[in-house]
Amino acid sequence: MDFAWDPETEALRHDVRAFLAEHFTHELEEELYVNGTSHDDAFVRALGERNWIAPEWPRDGFAPLGLAGVHVLTEELTRVDAPIIASATSTMVGRVISAVGSDFLRDEILPTIVRGEKTIVLGMSEPEAGSDVAAVQTRARPAEGGWVIDGQKMFTTNAHVGDYVFLLARTDPDSQRHRGLTTFLVPLDAEGVEVQAVFTVSGERTNITFYTEAFVEDRWRISDVGGGWQSLMLALQDEHSAPFSPHLANLVEHAEAWAAQPDAYGDVPLERHDVRSALIEAATDLEVAQLLELRTTWMESVGDVPVAEGPMSKLFSTEAARRHAEALTAAVGPDALRSRGDATAVAEGRIEHALRFSLGMTIYAGTSEVQRNIIAQRRCRLPRG
Amino acid sequence: MNLGLSAEQQELVGSFTNLFAKSASSERVRAVEPSGFDPALWQTLVDTGAVQMAVPEAAGGWGASLEDLALVAERFGRVAAPAPLVDAQVAARLVAATESGPAANALARVLDGDEVVTLAVRTLRDREARLAPAGAVCNAMVAFDGENLLLTRVTDVDRTAVANLASAPLADVRVRDDAAVIASGPAAAARFERAIDEWLTLTASAVVGLAQTAHDLACSYAAERIAFGAPIGSFQGVAHPLADDATNLDGARLLAQKAAWALDADDARGRELAAMAFAFAVRAGEVATYNALHFHGGYGFMLEYDVQLFYRRVRGWSRVWGSAADASARAADARYGARVR
Repeated sequence: MDFAWDPETEALRHDVRAFLAEHFTHELEEELYVNGTSHDDAFVRALGERNWIAPEWPRDGFAPLGLAGVHVLTEELTRVDAPIIASATSTMVGRVISAVGSDFLRDEILPTIVRGEKTIVLGMSEPEAGSDVAAVQTRARPAEGGWVIDGQKMFTTNAHVGDYVFLLARTDPDSQRHRGLTTFLVPLDAEGVEVQAVFTVSGERTNITFYTEAFVEDRWRISDVGGGWQSLMLALQDEHSAPFSPHLANLVEHAEAWAAQPDAYGDVPLERHDVRSALIEAATDLEVAQLLELRTTWMESVGDVPVAEGPMSKLFSTEAARRHAEALTAAVGPDALRSRGDATAVAEGRIEHALRFSLGMTIYAGTSEVQRNIIAQRRCRLPRG
Repeated sequence: MNLGLSAEQQELVGSFTNLFAKSASSERVRAVEPSGFDPALWQTLVDTGAVQMAVPEAAGGWGASLEDLALVAERFGRVAAPAPLVDAQVAARLVAATESGPAANALARVLDGDEVVTLAVRTLRDREARLAPAGAVCNAMVAFDGENLLLTRVTDVDRTAVANLASAPLADVRVRDDAAVIASGPAAAARFERAIDEWLTLTASAVVGLAQTAHDLACSYAAERIAFGAPIGSFQGVAHPLADDATNLDGARLLAQKAAWALDADDARGRELAAMAFAFAVRAGEVATYNALHFHGGYGFMLEYDVQLFYRRVRGWSRVWGSAADASARAADARYGARVR
């Protein structure tokens, strides 16, 4: 076994850190936090110039990155909270387009994603369909030359800055659950599409999008009619393998930096038993979170599909982040109440922010309960409830 | 980065799995309770070279890495084997690392398979090793008194065997007046602490093995046992804790393997990772074995069902050194520097 990365991968990590030092300035970070939108055109285009948006895809003039490179790149970008959500969702959909989409969609969309010029947001969840995606009710009915869409999508994050929404709709009105669904790429400036802001506990802005008699030409259809669920699975597989441990790494890093500095009265928090114990437990779980994540990458590298191991990684990392954000705010004490953005905040309010941010992590990309169901069935071989 | 086992490691795992399946069935484990020592199993292990493999080649052993020993320790834990393999391996490595006449003699007897040498995992107090692992069956013991590393003969007059939760061969052992000093000063402390790093790592692996078997028993039981008209494993109140346990045990195994890899490489984080691995494995193992026993319902409370064997040993095999919190404190000292007291 070998738990270290090869020198080439470590060199890439170094490059990414240098890139972030140049392009992800403190000013940009603060601006993104204040406006609640984890997207910045200039940053994403700069990523595109390095081919770091979808580095595993073939592209003229660039050598595709292997799994190790992608792992480390994504880890570094996520750890500092760089604005990569829109480019990540775009890549996720790009993979679906690449697998099942038409030549028109491939030629029209994929190059613009890779360059960071266009972004695609996810339109899967609905008011009555969250982790249970198959419960979608948004409808698309055939019309002359295309489809007319009616319905609502929740958590269409970045819809106010993005170009297209990856929309899962029911094309067979009599269908149930996984059947009769189709996926579309709907231009967000289409008539009948309305974006309404939704603000979250973490400070992040997301959206609800409304579709009222919205017409989309058939060439924007991604999957076969009725083949939406299969195409969606391709995207979700990607979402489960997204890295979550870097958020915990971020929390541990800032909490440890806080604890090492004397407080206003000259006491070093790290000398306190409760602080030390909260920190080392977070650092231990971080180690495990990183290993579980590493394992999914390693399994893919040897041709295995981490059907239970992906969910294990997501479950462990996000639950650990939530638990330790809670424990560390308690260890910091009353000062942990000072908000991110407040001039008096400790650790720039990052521990307080981690607490709020962690609440979303155990929900999006499939709640912890859904992950446990998958693990119980696929690993523990327990019968479905 | 490679998390796969080499062909040789797969072979090693396979051969120890077979050895334990033949020589450490649950009937055998039960038959030697409460002493917790099966002389026939021990002889088989010694004949196979299970202790000798842990000693470096330069000292006459087979030079197995800790990574390999961790794989063996997990198989050992899977069957709750009634033999002090980890204690003997770590003690033999420690003895081999010192350069003194008595140590060389003791090592020769270990390599010949004539004697059991163990390690007092906690620093002596008043020349007594309380609850020394394998203290009830060893012929010699290495112990650290805070200054010197001592090698002492152990016979029945030197020990008081202790009936205990884990049915492990524990004893309160007195270090003899004629014990040999095999290292002293900073070197003694460094060697003892390194031995503890190794013991924590291998015990973490053994605990993962124990807990994994209990967990597997619980998953099989939950898939079959019908209550309220359905298999209990289909209820989320049962399924979800089992999913968490499966996850935690995978994480514990990976962390123990990483710790072994780091110690093999003399990596600067070796001590920290070893203590983290122990803390995490013990916490995960305690919860997993509790859940496994509990989900068996009343049967889990009966001695006849095997799950209790593993519940008791997860606690007993680890706490002879200390708790998960003690290991976390050791990890914190390694990561942040010792606390100013």
